[in-house]
Amino acid sequence: MRSAHLRAATVFGPLVVTTLLVAGCSSGGGGAATPAGDGSIAVDAGENSCGVAQTAIAAGRHTFTVTNTASQVTEVYIYATGDRIMGEVENIGPATTRTLIVDLPAGDYQVACKPGMVGNGNRTALAVSGAAPPGTTDQSLQAAVDSYHAYVGTEAKALLDTTTALVAAIESGDLAAARQAYPTARLHYERIEPIAESLGDLDPLIDMRIDDATADTPFVGFHAIEQILFQKNTLDGAAPLGDALVANVGKLNDLVKTVQLTPLIMGNGAKSLLDEVAKSKVTGEEERYSRIDLVDFAGNVDGAKYVFTALRPALQAKNPQLVATLDQRFTALVTLLGTHQAKPGAPGSVSGSPYVSYDALGPADVKALAVDVDAISEPLGQISGVVTGP
Amino acid sequence: MTDTSSTDRATATTHVPPPPTGVSRRRMIGLIGGAAAVGAAAGVGVTYSASGGAGSADAPGAGQAVAFFGDHQAGIATPAQDRLHFAVFDLGAAATRAELVALLTAWTNAAARMSAGLDVGTGAVAGNPAVPPDDTGEAFGLAPSRLTLTVGFGPALFTDASGRDRFGLAAARPPQLADLPPFPGDALDPARSGGDLCVQACADDPQVAVHAIRNLARIARGTASVRYSQLGFGRTSSTSTDQPTPRNMMGFKDGTANLKAEDTEALDSQVWVGVGDGPAWMTGGSYLVTRRIRMLIEPWDSTSLGEQERVIGRSKGSGAPLGASSEFDPLDLQAKDAGGRLVVDAKAHVRLAHASTNGGATLLRRGYSFVDGTDDLGRLDAGLFFMAYQRDPRRQFVAIQTSLAGKFNDALNEYIQHVGSGLYACPPGPAPGGHWGQSLLG
Repeated sequence: MRSAHLRAATVFGPLVVTTLLVAGCSSGGGGAATPAGDGSIAVDAGENSCGVAQTAIAAGRHTFTVTNTASQVTEVYIYATGDRIMGEVENIGPATTRTLIVDLPAGDYQVACKPGMVGNGNRTALAVSGAAPPGTTDQSLQAAVDSYHAYVGTEAKALLDTTTALVAAIESGDLAAARQAYPTARLHYERIEPIAESLGDLDPLIDMRIDDATADTPFVGFHAIEQILFQKNTLDGAAPLGDALVANVGKLNDLVKTVQLTPLIMGNGAKSLLDEVAKSKVTGEEERYSRIDLVDFAGNVDGAKYVFTALRPALQAKNPQLVATLDQRFTALVTLLGTHQAKPGAPGSVSGSPYVSYDALGPADVKALAVDVDAISEPLGQISGVVTGP
Repeated sequence: MTDTSSTDRATATTHVPPPPTGVSRRRMIGLIGGAAAVGAAAGVGVTYSASGGAGSADAPGAGQAVAFFGDHQAGIATPAQDRLHFAVFDLGAAATRAELVALLTAWTNAAARMSAGLDVGTGAVAGNPAVPPDDTGEAFGLAPSRLTLTVGFGPALFTDASGRDRFGLAAARPPQLADLPPFPGDALDPARSGGDLCVQACADDPQVAVHAIRNLARIARGTASVRYSQLGFGRTSSTSTDQPTPRNMMGFKDGTANLKAEDTEALDSQVWVGVGDGPAWMTGGSYLVTRRIRMLIEPWDSTSLGEQERVIGRSKGSGAPLGASSEFDPLDLQAKDAGGRLVVDAKAHVRLAHASTNGGATLLRRGYSFVDGTDDLGRLDAGLFFMAYQRDPRRQFVAIQTSLAGKFNDALNEYIQHVGSGLYACPPGPAPGGHWGQSLLG
């Protein structure tokens, strides 16, 4: 079944990759040239802490002055409910100060400092209250696009880092370490797969299956490496594939910085992610050598859920029932997926994967997952209509 | 008899006007309800009344659309259509009573439209191009094809396998809906048995029946999922005196002695649940038993004609009881040949299934032949999807099957195996503006 793939290609076909720097990507949801509002708020990004000078502030535009007091490079995010990115600043060197400008409507937020730029980070709650100037639909859609763009950028960078780690393990001759590094890199790719699919041949070069190979297009990318590591159980021949993969993932990481996104592309991309789950994860088709299909499954669901999270304020204003339905069904699916988490070393566990092997699932488990995916697919298909409608 | 369609879906909308631009789906359903109400007022009290002209035609096959609303659900006494798609659904683990009611309401709205030959919701092609169409589209342009949709509630809806009363319905479970007992020789596959809800879609065009189940399954997503479904390609029973008796996959006429829609007295005594039978919500409803009966085709085919007729108890050509000359001749179970042997064998299927053997119990059989390709051994996966409506399964299906089942009874058991089973309480028909199961859940 190639239709989902083709549709994704069609949806993303007209995307224009420009050299414009999208302001929202690196400077948060603000980005406009209007002056910062009511003074700046100091953030002390430490090794094990995330100090915020004011934790109860008024709605409106704020400037955060972030100082890295940790010993390693850090990054700071401001998250709304569901880890919706309101603003972020990355690559802050030790003892360096950077600013982050962000528009914050009333609500509960978290400031996350991530030394080493990994994990959930150290978090401090931030309460924003008062009458925020009501945002227009256009503003909330633009904020959603900016937020999603930041997410895509973060995931592409994480993909590059984790793929580089995978290839480093291959080149160091450590098969066990390479196998353990594989699932993490896959997770970051699967979260943003529709964006990669919109960027020419990058998706097939990164993610093709052996069945997609022809005389002119040999089997390369993640799954070619997967076959060597997990089926052939060796490192022989993996290094050249790894170098090419890192190069292609690097291109992806560069391109997503300038890719132009719209709410429609986001909505269709989310649906495309769920279609991917239904087509190749529920069936165990994708990770046929490593059997880490549930990692890909989780990645696709994460990516679709982030689109929903980013669009939530706009959707809430137009169709609160749709938001309630999607909330309920995403929660059900994430909960169900959580029941298949594996303890390292336990039966069915795969090194480097938080989930059990696909082979450890029974027919009833697979059916339950498929039912919950189908349940999300229908309301998710409505998002595009809502965001493009009046 | 199949009435080949001369009306397509577009013209069918002449009796149920299509919604002008701006008319909501809700109001559209109101219009359909109104049309049915007019029919009822004009004296068309039977469920299979054609919508072709209010009050004009209640003869089977005379119209293309079967009235959806009424005292009884359509698809029971309706003259059996040629094709079946039967689906069984399970409610999700977290489904609530409110969600069950919402599902049945949405199903009723969609079913009323599809039965009238209309598409679901805003249709297959008329909606917002940015969203998936409400209707899947494969029945677009097809005639109503006498589509009927019939809903039933399984015992699990009232009390699930672990004894839980998920929807506050345990007290409303009718005594007639007692779990079927195990029968000797059963080889039931749990995946093809039981279930919370069933929907029987029957139509003269297989694509119309499949379209109906597909769209109802789609509407159910998030609340209920398909446990299994069964296609039937040919009716094996006539349920009207106007219909010739069809042959089943064994090559024999099947359903000769079936209850017929014209025999309203028999329907009232054997099929429709009466006042005082049990909980009032089932009055006007009926109980459905389904059995997926696999026929062991290859052994049967290599059995002599004489043995085949002995096993069934009828002539393969005419369908006449052995010893008689025509199909509808009475069955003489006492007749003996010159040598003093019973003409109809002591273990013949017709003898053991006959009402006189079972305390007068009869069934409205409405089964369909199926062929689901071949099995792993290359044998035809074929047989009868047995479906029978009745007033009380305890004294009807269970009594009859007790006579038939097992090595010591029906000679046919050597050639068949029951591999799936279902029991459902089919509530009375929905009233215009109401929904399926309103008497239970309303």
